[in-house]
Amino acid sequence: MALRSPLGRVRGLGSAKEGVSHWWAQRLTAIALVPLSFWFVISVIGLIGADYAEFDAWISTPGNAAMAVLFVAAIFHHAQLGLQVVIEDYVHHEGAKFASLITVKLLSLGLAAFTIVAVFQTAVGG
Amino acid sequence: MTTANRPLSPHLQIYKLPLAALMSISHRASGVLLSAGLVLLAYWLGAAGYGPEAFERAQRVMGSPFGIVVLLGFSAALYYHLCNGIRHLFWDAGWGFELERTRQANLVVLASAAALTAITWIVGLTQAF
Repeated sequence: MALRSPLGRVRGLGSAKEGVSHWWAQRLTAIALVPLSFWFVISVIGLIGADYAEFDAWISTPGNAAMAVLFVAAIFHHAQLGLQVVIEDYVHHEGAKFASLITVKLLSLGLAAFTIVAVFQTAVGG
Repeated sequence: MTTANRPLSPHLQIYKLPLAALMSISHRASGVLLSAGLVLLAYWLGAAGYGPEAFERAQRVMGSPFGIVVLLGFSAALYYHLCNGIRHLFWDAGWGFELERTRQANLVVLASAAALTAITWIVGLTQAF
């Protein structure tokens, strides 16, 4: 057993968990989502009453397809980070907490993947 | 720590929350609602991937009275969360914690969110007809 105090042993090892990257990712996606959300709302307004052909024409440009993918990725990531914090705050039963966190994260990943693939399919195929 | 049936002093039933506190919990609530709404986003964009019939059905669902109500709620939540979110970013940078600033910002956030929602729907509804 080394002649070190408990404090001496842990100093410099950093945090046990990874809070800061979560905080930063939340802020970064938030900043990105300000213009992306406005873009999305304006686009949706333009697509009111549109049929498939009109939607296809709109999404088939590189600009719109890229914006759509970025919007979907950013918003699902931001949402999943936010829900994580809410679950951690209110669910105290350890098993239920982990089940909820895993469900939310996998569901977000799944829905984001599905949506992004659909965007590509429509944009490239159509 | 077990929650035995010990007497607790009432907090939410007694204490009147300041506006900033109400707005804070609303930020969380709107976030959770928006997360639920993401399923609709996946549905709408995903439908296009399934072809013209699926997409046009999705358009009809979104345009139905039920769909309009949901979209109204979703847009209100989005704008509130966005405007209050910007205030959070200012706070992250260290600006605006003073009581007077917070009071002013409360009103700016609420007014901006209401205005953005109103403008969006006025433009949207005139577009539809």
